[in-house]
Amino acid sequence: MKPILSADEAVKDIKDGASLMVAGFMGCGNAFTLIDALIRKGTKDINLITSDTSFPEVGVGRIICQCRAATLTASHIGTNPVSGQKMNCGDLKVTLVPQGTFAERIRAKGAGLGGVLTPTGRGTAVEEGKQKLTLGGKEYLLELPLGADVAFIKAEVADTYGNAFLPGATKNMAVVMAMAADHVILEADKIVQPGELDPERVTIPGIFVSALVKATLPASNLQLKA
Amino acid sequence: MDPKELKRVRLVKRIAQEFPDGALVNLGIGMPTMVANYIPEGRTILLHSENGFTGLGPAAPKGAENQSIVNAGGQAVTIVPGGAFFDSAMSFAIIRGGHVDYTVLGALEVDMEGNLANYMIPGKMVPGMGGAMDLVAGARNVIIAMEHVNKNGAPKILKKCTLPLTAVGEVDLIVTDMAFIRVTKKGLVLEEIAEDTTVEEVIKATEAPLHIAGKIGKF
Repeated sequence: MKPILSADEAVKDIKDGASLMVAGFMGCGNAFTLIDALIRKGTKDINLITSDTSFPEVGVGRIICQCRAATLTASHIGTNPVSGQKMNCGDLKVTLVPQGTFAERIRAKGAGLGGVLTPTGRGTAVEEGKQKLTLGGKEYLLELPLGADVAFIKAEVADTYGNAFLPGATKNMAVVMAMAADHVILEADKIVQPGELDPERVTIPGIFVSALVKATLPASNLQLKA
Repeated sequence: MDPKELKRVRLVKRIAQEFPDGALVNLGIGMPTMVANYIPEGRTILLHSENGFTGLGPAAPKGAENQSIVNAGGQAVTIVPGGAFFDSAMSFAIIRGGHVDYTVLGALEVDMEGNLANYMIPGKMVPGMGGAMDLVAGARNVIIAMEHVNKNGAPKILKKCTLPLTAVGEVDLIVTDMAFIRVTKKGLVLEEIAEDTTVEEVIKATEAPLHIAGKIGKF
């Protein structure tokens, strides 16, 4: 059984300078309640790892707009102009990673692999400073595992063992991030008893989850682009 | 329809004819997205959305948006019957593993060696590559959909790209408002031109040399 905490309790030990993975894609699948609690707590200098920085003041975009991040590792920041502004003025150190490489580096950490060999980025700025290997006549970049102190995951339903169902396109980076962070906080719209979530419907096995939080901000907080 | 839009429709229609029945296709944001509206009758393609599903459908009707179903641009969309949801690791395994038959993307520059620059302009536009590098490296066929020249009228099809590259030697086809060009080991081959232009005009608007192998078609 996993502890069921309030959002404030769940984030209280996240220290300034912590590395934080936030699952979601353009805000879809962000843990709005946890992000809100973290902003309220005032944690700063976060090393943020997220697929993209959503839209200004939407979901993970708030961590950028409220100046809580020191570094950002992401694949796309174009939909949140604040990220670009902060990068250009030196307030935010940004590392841009191809999205598939981003997912696979995180998976490698969670799966105990020493790295990933990928052709993505070959011959581009992405290969700078990286080891290259030629196997079977094809050139690959060695990409290293990527982990974090904490991950924020959003589910629709979770049981008290932490098993979680993530609907539709909200799965995105959540599955690999749940594997790769030391402490995984899972926010769920609904928390149910063991047996009430069909094991066939489990997107993320509960073994990866450290604590559960009931969502208080609705997913409709997501300002879907018209 | 204004003339510019007509030209865009003509080029995306031409691209839509390239896909065989049953192809798995990933379309970039903007003009490439329009390709889905012009698939020839009798053929069905499956669209891949890199944020985590196959069977990408049209935008969701107003009032019927599902918060959990958005496209790679964050817009509320639908999933068609026969679609499937998955996580990002699976989505990019599909891309990198060569399971996506075609990807259609825009470009800032493309060159005679099939190199592509489409993700940043240093000092100006640095949005990040998103899934573009994986798509171009992994998809079986890479089709570029773009205006033949830039806003200032300068060629975008160059001898050598000047902007930071998205991928090296991965582009297979370049389709513009003026021409249909295949990238081969020998260089760029002009196969077709738009119905309102001439071979001379296309050559003039292209910095890279164009080879002409046979009869030039029109589209």
